[in-house]
Amino acid sequence: MDSSMYPIAVFFAAIFTNNILLTNYLGMCSFLSVSRELKTSVGLGIAVTFVMASTTVLNWMVYTYILLPFELTYLRYIVFIIVIAAFVQLVEMIIERTSEGLYAALGIFLPLITVNCAILGVSLFMVIREYTLITSFFYGLGSGLGWFLAILAMAGIRVKLARAKVPPGLEGAGITLVIAGIMALAFMGFSGMITIS
Amino acid sequence: MANSKLKKTFLTPLGKDNPVFVQVLGICSTLAVTNKLENTVVMTLGVMFTTMLSSFTLSLIRKHIPARIRMMVETMIIATFVIIVDIVLKAYLPDIWKQLGPYVGLIITNCIIMGRAEAFALNNKPGLSLIDGLASGMGYAYVLLIIAFIRELLGTGSIWGIQVLGDWWTNWTIMIMPPGAFFMLAIFIWVVRESFMKEKKED
Repeated sequence: MDSSMYPIAVFFAAIFTNNILLTNYLGMCSFLSVSRELKTSVGLGIAVTFVMASTTVLNWMVYTYILLPFELTYLRYIVFIIVIAAFVQLVEMIIERTSEGLYAALGIFLPLITVNCAILGVSLFMVIREYTLITSFFYGLGSGLGWFLAILAMAGIRVKLARAKVPPGLEGAGITLVIAGIMALAFMGFSGMITIS
Repeated sequence: MANSKLKKTFLTPLGKDNPVFVQVLGICSTLAVTNKLENTVVMTLGVMFTTMLSSFTLSLIRKHIPARIRMMVETMIIATFVIIVDIVLKAYLPDIWKQLGPYVGLIITNCIIMGRAEAFALNNKPGLSLIDGLASGMGYAYVLLIIAFIRELLGTGSIWGIQVLGDWWTNWTIMIMPPGAFFMLAIFIWVVRESFMKEKKED
């Protein structure tokens, strides 16, 4: 493949063929608990996409310019999680001061994001796969959008599900996992469209 | 009294308050590492080690942590133990370490560990917190082992990499792929709740 197209391929792969939630199972906790309502899902989806794209870039810089030269790569877990937590805190403070509407819409989701394993997972995958800065950005953005897409679809289905009769033992987490499984099957239909190493 | 509390602390996470099928925590790794029994064993040992020692450490210093930054302190403690796990695995089991990939690091965001730290270790003595951490880790471990056993058996016809089912067996490839993980966990939760938790009707 043309190397200049590579980041774009990674971007689409992260949304469809390698969806962070449906193939890597990351971000399940908030996925299971927040997908009850469409509106909150949208809020969380936007917040996750934004934070994921930004922290991937920040973590790439920290990793490449600080951890690698000083041979501190074993510290990456601690450093990444601090960067993510600090970034989320900063964003929360900024939108609290500047935009009341945005804060009311997204504010409550931001603290949840720090413990969303998808955010840390994307940064760790980026290091393992040795992406460049541009590719990392597109990977983070694509993964965020892929997660957004999955939670949006799930919330839509769960709204309909409220009227369905579910066996008692399967209510809540059980049925959500079944739907996620069916969605994963559907997303497998995309495989082969884009192949990235 | 001390003895009964100890027993209760130990048994609750294994049964009626199980982190995986009752509280539905730590699902990411439950789904991700259960395609091979070998990986699952290593992963669960890592999680048990981390839950146990991070609960213990946090409990030791619980009276000195300012409430405002306690989440940060908890994360730091957990991350420290995860780094130990990571380095040990990398040194002694490099193949499995490679297959587990980012999921070792993601033990940090495993909600079970954070949950136990918040809910138990902050208010209890170190010894009891250690037991609680160990029991929570074990409650997580046995569920994963059962799921991994079934997935590997049906998906590849083998257990621990050794072929146990004969030539007549057609591999259910779907079992070791993502959808299989979702279905398997859903069925597991369903079976457990239907057969053992009839009397408990809440949420």
